[in-house]
Amino acid sequence: MSFFRLFTIFFALIAGFQPALASRVADTDLSSRIAALGVGGFDDLEKAIANLAASGDDRVPAILDRLGNGELTVRKADGLVFFADKVGTDFRLTDPVTGVDAGLAPKATVEKVKVNNRIRRAIASAVGALTLMSPDPAVRRTAAEAVMKSADVTALPVLERAIAAETVADVRAAMVAARATALLASDAPEADKVTAIAAIADIGSRDALGFLSGYTSTDGAVGDAARKAVAAIESRLMLWDIGQNLWYGLSLGSVLLLAAIGLAITFGVMGVINMAHGEMVMLGAYATFTVQETIRTSWPQLFDYSLLIALPVAFLTAALAGILIERLVIRWLYGRPLETLLATWGVSLILQQAVRSLYGANNREVGNPSWMSGSFALGEIQITWTRLWIILFALAVFLALIALLKRTRLGLEMRAVTQNRQMAAAVGIRTPLVDALIFGLGSGVAGLAGVALSQIDNVSPNLGRGYIIDSFMVVVFGGVGNLWGTLVGALTLGVANKMLEPYAGAVLGKIILLLAIILFIQKRPRGLFALKGRAVEA
Amino acid sequence: MSQIFDRRRMTLAAVLGALLASTMAGYAADDTIKVGVLHSLSGTMAISETTLKDTVLYLIDEQNKKGGVLGKKLEAVVVDPASNWPLFAEKARELISQDKVSVVFGCWTSVSRKSVLPVFKELNSILFYPVQYEGEESERNVFYTGAAPNQQAIPAVDYLMKEEGVQRWVLAGTDYVYPRTTNKILEAYLKAKGVSADDIMINYTPFGHSDWQSIVADIKKFGSAGKKTAVVSTINGDANVPFYKELGNQGIKAEDIPVVAFSVGEEELAGIDTKPLVGHLAAWNYFESIDSEANAAFIDGWHKFIKNDKRTTNDPMEATYIGFNAWVKAVEAAGTTNTDTVIDTLVGTTVPNLSGGYATIMPNHHITKPVLIGEIQDNGQFDIVSRTAPVVGDEWSDYLEGSKDLIADWRKPLSCGNFNVVTGKCGGGS
Amino acid sequence: MSFTCPPTNSPFAASISLVDLVWGYCGILSLGHGAFFALGGYAMGMYLMRQIGTRGVYADPVLPDFMVFLNWKELPWFWQGFDMAWYAFLMVVLVPGVIAFLFGWLSFRSRVTGVYLSIITQALTYALLLAFFRNDMGFGGNNGLTDFKDILGFPIQAPGTRAVLFAASALMLALGFVVASAVVRSKLGKVLVAIRDAESRTGFIGYRVEHYKLFVWTLSAVMAGIAGALYVPQVGIINPSEFDPAASIEAVIWVAVGGRGTLIGPLIGAVAVNFGKTWFTGVLPEVWLYALGTLFVVVTLFLPRGIVGLWGRVVTRRAAPAKEVDGSGRQAGEAA
Repeated sequence: MSFFRLFTIFFALIAGFQPALASRVADTDLSSRIAALGVGGFDDLEKAIANLAASGDDRVPAILDRLGNGELTVRKADGLVFFADKVGTDFRLTDPVTGVDAGLAPKATVEKVKVNNRIRRAIASAVGALTLMSPDPAVRRTAAEAVMKSADVTALPVLERAIAAETVADVRAAMVAARATALLASDAPEADKVTAIAAIADIGSRDALGFLSGYTSTDGAVGDAARKAVAAIESRLMLWDIGQNLWYGLSLGSVLLLAAIGLAITFGVMGVINMAHGEMVMLGAYATFTVQETIRTSWPQLFDYSLLIALPVAFLTAALAGILIERLVIRWLYGRPLETLLATWGVSLILQQAVRSLYGANNREVGNPSWMSGSFALGEIQITWTRLWIILFALAVFLALIALLKRTRLGLEMRAVTQNRQMAAAVGIRTPLVDALIFGLGSGVAGLAGVALSQIDNVSPNLGRGYIIDSFMVVVFGGVGNLWGTLVGALTLGVANKMLEPYAGAVLGKIILLLAIILFIQKRPRGLFALKGRAVEA
Repeated sequence: MSQIFDRRRMTLAAVLGALLASTMAGYAADDTIKVGVLHSLSGTMAISETTLKDTVLYLIDEQNKKGGVLGKKLEAVVVDPASNWPLFAEKARELISQDKVSVVFGCWTSVSRKSVLPVFKELNSILFYPVQYEGEESERNVFYTGAAPNQQAIPAVDYLMKEEGVQRWVLAGTDYVYPRTTNKILEAYLKAKGVSADDIMINYTPFGHSDWQSIVADIKKFGSAGKKTAVVSTINGDANVPFYKELGNQGIKAEDIPVVAFSVGEEELAGIDTKPLVGHLAAWNYFESIDSEANAAFIDGWHKFIKNDKRTTNDPMEATYIGFNAWVKAVEAAGTTNTDTVIDTLVGTTVPNLSGGYATIMPNHHITKPVLIGEIQDNGQFDIVSRTAPVVGDEWSDYLEGSKDLIADWRKPLSCGNFNVVTGKCGGGS
Repeated sequence: MSFTCPPTNSPFAASISLVDLVWGYCGILSLGHGAFFALGGYAMGMYLMRQIGTRGVYADPVLPDFMVFLNWKELPWFWQGFDMAWYAFLMVVLVPGVIAFLFGWLSFRSRVTGVYLSIITQALTYALLLAFFRNDMGFGGNNGLTDFKDILGFPIQAPGTRAVLFAASALMLALGFVVASAVVRSKLGKVLVAIRDAESRTGFIGYRVEHYKLFVWTLSAVMAGIAGALYVPQVGIINPSEFDPAASIEAVIWVAVGGRGTLIGPLIGAVAVNFGKTWFTGVLPEVWLYALGTLFVVVTLFLPRGIVGLWGRVVTRRAAPAKEVDGSGRQAGEAA
């Protein structure tokens, strides 16, 4: 055993020093290794990548990067591999080693070197091993993570050297973790492997769990250690899971809040049933799409601000549509909520078809700006930026509305008209104007919801339909005429839904909730936060 | 007529009736062959089906430029069944008995096909059905030019096993018949390949499901068991966009957990930013990115016809193309549009497909198709990474308990859509 | 004329005359009557499925086709008994009836009225829609029940059977008409109108408002169930989309177009709207939704009494103010 160990160390030394001695190989050698990329299927390609990486040449990572992006092509005439940049319908070929321009080639004379997921993984691992010594700590960290994912045994010697030289603490930790996974995969002695397991167990993340689960069926000390570590991580993650579900619930709740809060104003405060409310949300989403399209074609550098620009546009579009609907249709129907329901249903059909005629029936792409893409981990809870922003946005809209209703002149007039129309008119409030403004406000808020929903859902003519029933449930459950009720209602329903989902499944969970709401309404016909003794128009 | 008209002048109905009568009078020409188009132009399915209506119109237009069929021009009769299943049956009846169409191209969902079946049988007409479906059917009056499960699902799983070394499987689908059947078949197939039940997770979601947070997290959790995991997605239509958005946001990369989809094509990707999705897969029998002369000509003509060179093409369009050309060829060969003759002639008809090969209509009324696996690219197109030889559509799956003994062969003398090879009987139905 | 309103809509028409009974006469706007219609339809569909017997594609004597290929081993308990016509027909009446009774009993007792009631009826049909879409429920999921062969021993596609079914629908329609007009003319009908116009006052006078409402509500649900049962063999398919809230809302608009608070109105409305639909979807498919949407708006704004009201106005030359005919004015105040 000790001989074997010595041997590995010796081998590691040689292998490890090789790239340090010669960070460049001869151009012809590199060229021939690159030429091998263009021959055969994915199996051959994978071998060729390993061979190319083994050269240790510092030009290799860039070449592999371009391979991963699908920018390497084979010239059919002589089988040589080039960098290819698209120029119109042709490709400009460049020699990957010398950088010499090899001229324009028509599409038919070249063939792209195809990559699939397996090749992409091989590339990531090879590039990782080659960039472990990069001067940039961020690159080193990504490299360590790539090596960890691939558990690449051949990267061990490089890792050892990289760890020895590493000064940044968290990059070093990532490298140690990568070494542990590689060690586990190698034929290192059992004791080392047990230590490696302990090192991985310390990370305690879901990824770590994934690695260790692979070894639970191993016999002996390694298996025992792995089983113990897996059990420990699992019990730790269980608590985090509850937190995660709570987060999902809050996030769903915030979406419901956004969709319902405009309705809470028009239905709750004004007593108008607006079945076209969902279409206001849809208009907001399409406004976002239009804004993004304009930005894409005219000012692409502003793309990251597109949502911010879309907010006022969406608000105004929907608000304007709302005011039009109020003036043309709803104002003739005050005090007749059931007729309003039918008329606005008709309006919703017209709006859907109008959008279909204008934008087509297909889904439209609304992109995520960079600050809304991706996710970060809070402990073991994955938090996606989109959802976080939507929660914050929903709360901001909510607070702004409360402030508007409670603190402004307009809000005062709105409440006055809501509570006693005749009296309000008698003290000089122009009730028709206020009616139109409230309806515009409710619709505008729905438009804002559309901006948020465009980030997580389809932007299609049917967008609104999907939310209308849920929105009504939220408002009715929370208590009509009370924005706080809507807040509590939305969050309760969101969390309850997500807590039920792991047990009952998505559909059954929703059915249970709907039935629960129906029963709840029987018990409290005025919702969770019923306003008591409120003056109502008789 | 005029009496009725006078008496009910005030009513809307009569006015409509009169308008109608005047339009009906236009239909008298006998020098055309009528082709029915039965795709929803409104309602939930309009999003997918409108494109197919345009495809049929495009194909008819092209055919008429070549001089039509049997020396007569083709004339499209377009109706809108409005995504309403009973209305499908009603419109089919209208097309066949009133407009006297010779053939119908239509339907997307299985339920719409099931709804019109009795009408086509009763009135003896021909339906070309251009969408991938769950199989478990073979009718004399229907030609299935979309994929059966063995022409999509099984080769895709084989690819993942071989190329990606996948050992753990998530079968995620929308809760309706196509995903249910496909997943049943795949489950049996995977188990036959030695995958244990613990390594298969099955999940169903409703139509239009939009909150994928929990399910994507579950997939992630399931994938962290030390074995290479892949998702086989039969998620339908609208639910895909939020699903892929959530995948992208939760950072599930194709290199970690690849997703192979059977219902996601170029059209669905048009609504998503595909940059985070590069490397996820789809299995179809056609991709817009296919490099063939036939495809280039088809796309070019399509763009000219629709007057928009950004419109994508997709698999059901190719299936419509194959079905249409097969029908034209069979009618030319038979020299008549008579339903029975054309049905008999269609079996064995071979026409070029768009991927540079040929499609043959088999005796079970399904066709031969190559299976292509594509990886999503950042431009919303697919890069083809695998391609099989043409596969014959298997209407009765060998992996399902109830149907493994059944075969269909509409040639004489068998002429049966569900012949049981064990009992030797044609089992009812027709 | 070769272009007629499809006969299959007559059961629909029948059921909506009952929607009118609860809405036009009792002031309860149900946005979920489609649910009762569909439940009756499913009960009938289950009977027809069991009648297929070994003629299904898998030739299984007991299990319907969709159960065979989804690997169900035995018939679920709730499918038992549907091979017997009397049991199935009983269920057509009982299932919608009992569900409506329970729902109504809970709602009317706790005085859920007006828009609240409309919204929870919508929630009810939406919940049922989701439930019936689930394949695990054992109702065939999205594809529903289809491929029927015969009814009471007669082949379902035969012209004779179709004629009989059509006649049965017409009979049912007439029966519904008779029942409804009997209800309307009776003392009960007067109480219903009183409830519609002033619910609290009617209660103060001493009528048990909730009992009257519950009776009419359940009656209309049962009739809707029967209509659904007649509808299914004629169209040859029942699927969860009948539970779609949009379908229920559309039925309400037929009543509104025809003229609510009258018994003939809903019939005229159903015929007119369906006629328009068939025509538009055939000739100008893109325009159909615009036309339907505009119809909703125009009728509620300008024709509060529908076509019947318009006719009445033309005949008497006396325009009735909209307020008078408003059936739901009372709830408006309570909901605001």
